[in-house]
Amino acid sequence: MENILDMTIKETRGLLKRREITAVELTSFYLDRIHRYDEELKAYLRMSEEEALEMARDADARIARGEDSPLLGIPFGIKDIFCTKGIETTCASQMLKGFIPPYDATVIKKLKDSGFIHLGRLNMDEFAMGSSTENSSFQTTKNPWDLTRIPGGSSGGSASAVAAGLCAASLGTDTGGSIRQPAGLCGVVGMKPTYGRVSRYGLIAFASSLDQIGPLTRNVMDCAIVMNAIAGYDPMDSTSIPQAVPDYTERLGRDIKGMKIGIPKEYFIDGMERDVKKMLGESLSVFEKQGATLVDVSLPHTEYAVAAYYIICTAEASSNLARYDGVKYGLRSEGKDIIDMYKKTRLKGFGKEVKRRIILGTYVLSSGYYDAYYRKAGKVRTLIRRDFDEAFKTCDIIVTPVSPTTAFKVGEKTEDPLTMYLSDIFTIPINLAGLPAMSVPCGFDNNGLPVGLQIIGKPLDEALMIQAAFAFESERNVKKIPDAFR
Amino acid sequence: MKITKAVVEYVAHLGRLELEPREIDLYTNQLDRILQYMDTLNKLDTEGIEPTSHAIPVECVLRGDIVRDSFEIDESLQNAPDRKGSFFKVPPIIEVEE
Repeated sequence: MENILDMTIKETRGLLKRREITAVELTSFYLDRIHRYDEELKAYLRMSEEEALEMARDADARIARGEDSPLLGIPFGIKDIFCTKGIETTCASQMLKGFIPPYDATVIKKLKDSGFIHLGRLNMDEFAMGSSTENSSFQTTKNPWDLTRIPGGSSGGSASAVAAGLCAASLGTDTGGSIRQPAGLCGVVGMKPTYGRVSRYGLIAFASSLDQIGPLTRNVMDCAIVMNAIAGYDPMDSTSIPQAVPDYTERLGRDIKGMKIGIPKEYFIDGMERDVKKMLGESLSVFEKQGATLVDVSLPHTEYAVAAYYIICTAEASSNLARYDGVKYGLRSEGKDIIDMYKKTRLKGFGKEVKRRIILGTYVLSSGYYDAYYRKAGKVRTLIRRDFDEAFKTCDIIVTPVSPTTAFKVGEKTEDPLTMYLSDIFTIPINLAGLPAMSVPCGFDNNGLPVGLQIIGKPLDEALMIQAAFAFESERNVKKIPDAFR
Repeated sequence: MKITKAVVEYVAHLGRLELEPREIDLYTNQLDRILQYMDTLNKLDTEGIEPTSHAIPVECVLRGDIVRDSFEIDESLQNAPDRKGSFFKVPPIIEVEE
């Protein structure tokens, strides 16, 4: 049964189809592993064991009727940010402790229709604000490769659970790198689609012009399979793109001869760890060996991305989090009048980082500062997007490191928020530009910590990115799942 | 100093956040550093540039004004901290004199 961890979702579906295992057995396998390992790892906030086994029995019935859907019977962990009907959804915040959504997010509905199994809710930074999952108000998740280190964030629970084999796949969200960075630090595949490719209906909002949903998986093929299931136009999301979804698995296995790979000089900077640089260098050689050409490109406005991002995302967050007022759902603290109730509720319900960002966001939007900060940042955003448009005239995909460092120690960056913000320096520009990007494992540093490679694509060109990632993965063959979890 | 304690207190009020005195000091310091960092944007000439809000512009999406199914009252209010019938119940909207 253990070797299921090394199989793709497609191969696992083969076992289910041939009745070599049942969905109930597969689900129990993962539940047992969670009981065994998650006490220490703390990736899961809450389990949904009864629901999972019920869903598994339904899946077995559907399989018996001859149904053959690509995710039928496959167990997932779900970042605790997606409204799931009847399942407590907290965003790892005291503000939403006990909140039971009366509806499913579109992506959850799609996964349910496809017959997935919902194992449990995965830990995250509170309201998706953070880069280490240390901002969760419930628990700190560990990196499976070194339990004294963070898994990255904000989808740290998702990355950790996939890396340790505590689910077949996971869904996360990415606003400034929150899928790609933890995927990179935990040695798994993670994708942020083009903005608008996946519906945000039912996703608890952080920054509406930046948030996107995507898969975290142990291999590129699984990522493509999950993308097929979740992508697509949704009339319930007014930012949803009406374009048809291709089959993302279609180009897997095609060679990448002649593919032009852009290498932006601004991303290969002094602050990068030596081993990260080394792994990147080796990875670029792999691409060349497979027939791709490396092309120098420049993204001159890269250095302004973090500043622009933290103005835009905090402004949007201050607006989105205004709804948490103790009136309709979530936490309520008693107050003598309504304003007092709002203030006391938000004092008790929100953690430090959330409050910091609300204050910053409110400030940059306030009268007298709106033009200087928010509007200015919006213009810088246009310049950043133009850099990419220009670069893509001479290349097909762009390759960079995901993070300047490998996983840092728990508590190492919590004193200075600015240091934490700068760890997203390579992922943030992509969210500002709305482009698709993915993180693929490319090696390890001298401490055995994963290094991630970032592949960036043209708008709506996920299929080409996936093709390149698959070719790279086939050649590079990086170890999955740490020995401690075998 | 870009930001003073008074500004932080004012902005906290706008954001309906109550802060402890210790927090006001901490945030004033941290936010000051962050805002100074953001001043790097002023190095950029953005004359004539329009801001971007959606990476792939989509047409303003409207639908017909047709009544559709919505949640039952009980479903809508199932998470209400306090309710009376079909209403969410809250403390007085007008400020209470000390």
